[in-house]
Amino acid sequence: MNRKHPLDEERLQAYVDDRLDAAARAEVEAQLDADPELAARAAAYRRQHKTLHETFDAVLDESLPARLRRPQSARRSPLLARAAAVLWMMLGGGVGWFGATTLQQGGARLAAAPPMLPREAAMAYAVYSPEVMHPVEVGAAQEPHLLGWLSKRLGHRLRAPDLARYGYRLMGGRLLPANAGPAAQFMYENNAGERLTLYVTVPRHAGSDTAFRYAEEHGVSVLYWVDRDLGYALSAKLGRKQLLRIADGVYRQITL
Amino acid sequence: MDYASIEPHIPRLRRYARALLGDRTRADDLVQDTLERALKKFSLWRRGTDLRAWLFTLMHNVYVNQLRTERTTLPWTDELDAPVSARQENLLVARDLLAAIDALPPEFREVVLLVGLEEFSYAETARVLGIPQGTVMSRLARGRERLRRALEGEQDNRIRRIK
Repeated sequence: MNRKHPLDEERLQAYVDDRLDAAARAEVEAQLDADPELAARAAAYRRQHKTLHETFDAVLDESLPARLRRPQSARRSPLLARAAAVLWMMLGGGVGWFGATTLQQGGARLAAAPPMLPREAAMAYAVYSPEVMHPVEVGAAQEPHLLGWLSKRLGHRLRAPDLARYGYRLMGGRLLPANAGPAAQFMYENNAGERLTLYVTVPRHAGSDTAFRYAEEHGVSVLYWVDRDLGYALSAKLGRKQLLRIADGVYRQITL
Repeated sequence: MDYASIEPHIPRLRRYARALLGDRTRADDLVQDTLERALKKFSLWRRGTDLRAWLFTLMHNVYVNQLRTERTTLPWTDELDAPVSARQENLLVARDLLAAIDALPPEFREVVLLVGLEEFSYAETARVLGIPQGTVMSRLARGRERLRRALEGEQDNRIRRIK
């Protein structure tokens, strides 16, 4: 066989995998030109390669299931700062939290969040959460596609947090226009049919991370923050404490 | 911190496991077992060496241990929820390829996927699997050729194939 095909198998595989230098590649190509059967094999191997990627690369964009995420014991300091802030907010019932109240915790000085964020998120919640026919553009059944698409449009790797612990399951999401460009809205629903949205956008002036802030817009509670260039807003018709608890879970899943 | 170093590699571990096992749950089981082992043994990882290759080596070991204990072949039909990205016209090709991969002996499957999907070099693949590079090359060639033959056969009797 080697007499008829001086090209050895190793070289053919290396050719298929693009691991030959230019000179060797040219040699192989000349041999392929002279041998249609060999050329057909090389083409078939390349198709395998392509199909593998087309089939499995979507896994890279899936959000990690909870069991593969960081063990609870390991925490970073910004989380501690924020967790403390959450606790402080929960206890701080006497402080007025209406409108947009900035929160600063200890030494962790956190910048102010963009003022448009809660308003946009609340508006998107008000428009889409009552929707019966088309609450989302892409359903949760196509979660990898949804995440891949929205991540691409926002230019950041997005994850849809798993909120089963709070009784909410992901319905899907949609792309929305926001003040600073595209925004993503993930919608969740509990067994009572109550809906909650996570709105994600890229603020024009991202600046530094912010604390959690709370706002009420037309009866919709919004908890929002900026973390690593992305603005997040969690909206629902829930009390502040309940929303805080969920926001804390969202933050942990997205950031850690 | 160990988890922080490992975390960026998880999506690729999941991709490989999904291709290796087909089924999402079993694939994530394998990833989870691998992560637990990695966190436990993190001190054994030599800094400066390739962490990704180390993690894939652990995963290979976990996988081989499981094969030894299970040796059951599950049907692959449920696994077809996986390829969401494959467009409709490619879906049949993807299904056939998945079936063909599933039919490969695990030793071949690992080589084909580590090289073809995870893009490890031949030398890295040999280290991950603990085999000589020559063996990698021959398994790669034979694995790909088996896939090709399986797929060419499938094209002819795709209709009859429906179980």
